[in-house]
Amino acid sequence: MNEFNDNVAPKTETFVLNMGPQHPSTHGVLRVELDLDGEKVIRVRPIMGYLHRGIEKLLESRTYAQGSPFTDRLDYVSSMNNNYGYCHAVEELCGIEPPPRANYIRAIVAELNRITSHMVFIGSLANDLGAVTGMIYTFRDREEVLDIFDLVCGARQTYNYIRIGGVAQDIPQGFEEKVRKFLDRVPEFMEEYADLLNGNEIFNVRLKEVSVMTKEEALACNMTGPNLRATGVPFDVRKVDGYGAYPEFDFDVPVGENGDNWDRYQVRYKEILESAKIVRQALDGMPEGDFMAKVPKVLKPPKGEIFSRTEGTRGELGFYIVSDGTTKPYRVHIRRPSFISMQGLNPMCRGGLIGDAIAAFASIDPLMGEVDC
Amino acid sequence: MDNGIVMTVANLIRDILMLVLGNEFIVSLIMKFIGIGALLGAISGAAIAFTYTERKVCAFVQVRLGPNRVGPMGLLQPIADMLKLMTKEDIIPNGVDRVVWALAPILLFVPSALAYAFFPFDDGAIFADVNVGIFLLIAISSQSVLTFLMGGYASNSKYGMIGAMRAVATSLAYEAPMVFSLLGIVMLTGSLRMSDIVTVQGDNVWFIVLQPIAFLIYITTCMAETNRTPFDFVECESEIVAGAFTEYSGMRWALFFLAEYANLLSISVLTTTFFLGGWTGPVLPGFVWFWIKTLLMLFVFLWFRWTFPRVRIDQMMSFCWKVLLPLALVNVLLTGVGIYIYRWM
Repeated sequence: MNEFNDNVAPKTETFVLNMGPQHPSTHGVLRVELDLDGEKVIRVRPIMGYLHRGIEKLLESRTYAQGSPFTDRLDYVSSMNNNYGYCHAVEELCGIEPPPRANYIRAIVAELNRITSHMVFIGSLANDLGAVTGMIYTFRDREEVLDIFDLVCGARQTYNYIRIGGVAQDIPQGFEEKVRKFLDRVPEFMEEYADLLNGNEIFNVRLKEVSVMTKEEALACNMTGPNLRATGVPFDVRKVDGYGAYPEFDFDVPVGENGDNWDRYQVRYKEILESAKIVRQALDGMPEGDFMAKVPKVLKPPKGEIFSRTEGTRGELGFYIVSDGTTKPYRVHIRRPSFISMQGLNPMCRGGLIGDAIAAFASIDPLMGEVDC
Repeated sequence: MDNGIVMTVANLIRDILMLVLGNEFIVSLIMKFIGIGALLGAISGAAIAFTYTERKVCAFVQVRLGPNRVGPMGLLQPIADMLKLMTKEDIIPNGVDRVVWALAPILLFVPSALAYAFFPFDDGAIFADVNVGIFLLIAISSQSVLTFLMGGYASNSKYGMIGAMRAVATSLAYEAPMVFSLLGIVMLTGSLRMSDIVTVQGDNVWFIVLQPIAFLIYITTCMAETNRTPFDFVECESEIVAGAFTEYSGMRWALFFLAEYANLLSISVLTTTFFLGGWTGPVLPGFVWFWIKTLLMLFVFLWFRWTFPRVRIDQMMSFCWKVLLPLALVNVLLTGVGIYIYRWM
């Protein structure tokens, strides 16, 4: 048949667009291969490993106490939560019970860190949707929390503050006033973000009913955290397991309805307010006493294995540790919620446009340090 | 005051030249060149000044300080930037269609600069006051799409290709409502001549009062024409890196950049001319009024740029075709009915 026959409709071809690892909105070094039909996305393949540092292996070649600074580098915008997850796992392995004061301090810093992480999420979502200004505002307010962390442990991003058995040092003087001042400001700046973004018609049409994830799909992809809660599953490890001081606090688990980008944004938006609530309760009910349990200088856990989970900012953060009775773990595996959430990228982006794919990346809130580990 | 400052100055120069040379033809020729020079100077000067303005306005919106290191209040920053861009290595990527690729940024400047010939800066100060002013202006300014297509297509880059495709697709969508929104003005004025449009507004009332719908449609489509957020599909940094300009660097990229600012000034001037009464205004000389209004519009456009997120391309297309175009047509109908009633009364 003649190829140039007029009756034959012109054929279109799909093509592969390689986004990343250098791309303005891949949150670091995520590489995504998009199969495109014009602007329409047919398939998305996230390709990982550009930030692989072998943290699991590094943990295996060090003593338990030496391991915790490495966990800072996993999810580097919420390091406190990673410290918490690791220390919680080691404590469960060794049967160490942190004192109540330590648990309260941990809850405060972890929730404050959750607030900053969600702020980064709101900022980068706005940035990826083209509203650069949103990013500047959230980063401005995040700075206040970073100052508090600076006061607590001297670091602004990688803290290594939560240690096995408690926290590195007691909260300093002036901490409480500073935190309370920040908490009073939370409704104020959340109102500001809402003014800037929530009521914006463009922001609404870009997010609502876009990249919908059903409850079943999200569960099948093993998503956890805000991404799962946005689909309507009220699963929060803080509530389910009730570890640390969390059972003593009164807080809600915000859930979405449709599992679209808007719900993923709204769930995190509300979580900031819930976290602020937790911090306030923890400050009010702060018990006196030690901030560190009696932990032997050389930690030799008994032979055995443990899987322990905490609620990281991006979902269920799990540490699986196998101990052979020596000072170093035999095997460490980290269940990184960002990494697992990346599985949801393809079902989310399929059928959308390039712009939707970018919004979907941002709404999953992946952090490459955690994805690649 | 019959003539504005600009014409007074121009007549003065003309008189001096006549005294020195004495030949009318040569003097006219020289005057044309002076006019062209003044316009090109205005374009490039404004474009460079606007990079500073944009950064300062952006900083103001984003609670920052903006450039404040180079020169007093950072005023020399654009000059430092231009020097840096000029000294950068000229990188030509492998596999580009060299001629088309190199021509694109240069040709982009042609429609941007040509449009300035039709701007009434002051009473009588219009380089080419032709009787089909608006028509020619729209025809010329829509040519810039071709250069985006050239640049994106010749870049041999997928991002560039997507950017070029988007430029063509969106230009079809926004040009139609834009033209129809201006039709109301032409109906009211009864002329396509730019100076007539301003004079009519000066004698009666600004068209923003008579044509509020057209004004909104026009500024919306203008933002699409200058490729700025919320309609910056050609560049679209967070999606397709830099779209049609992805493979350009150094001075070539700066040309795209300058053309963008030249276009930004264009749309501010045009909005002023079409809807805000151009140079007309009480007390102050026309030239001053013209710039006050233009800079005000410029601020409005910058303000949009730094507060709005980007719409998705299909949303923008359906918005243009399904909302703006019918609205513009309704506006034309209403204007027609209005004129009929006005005459009947």
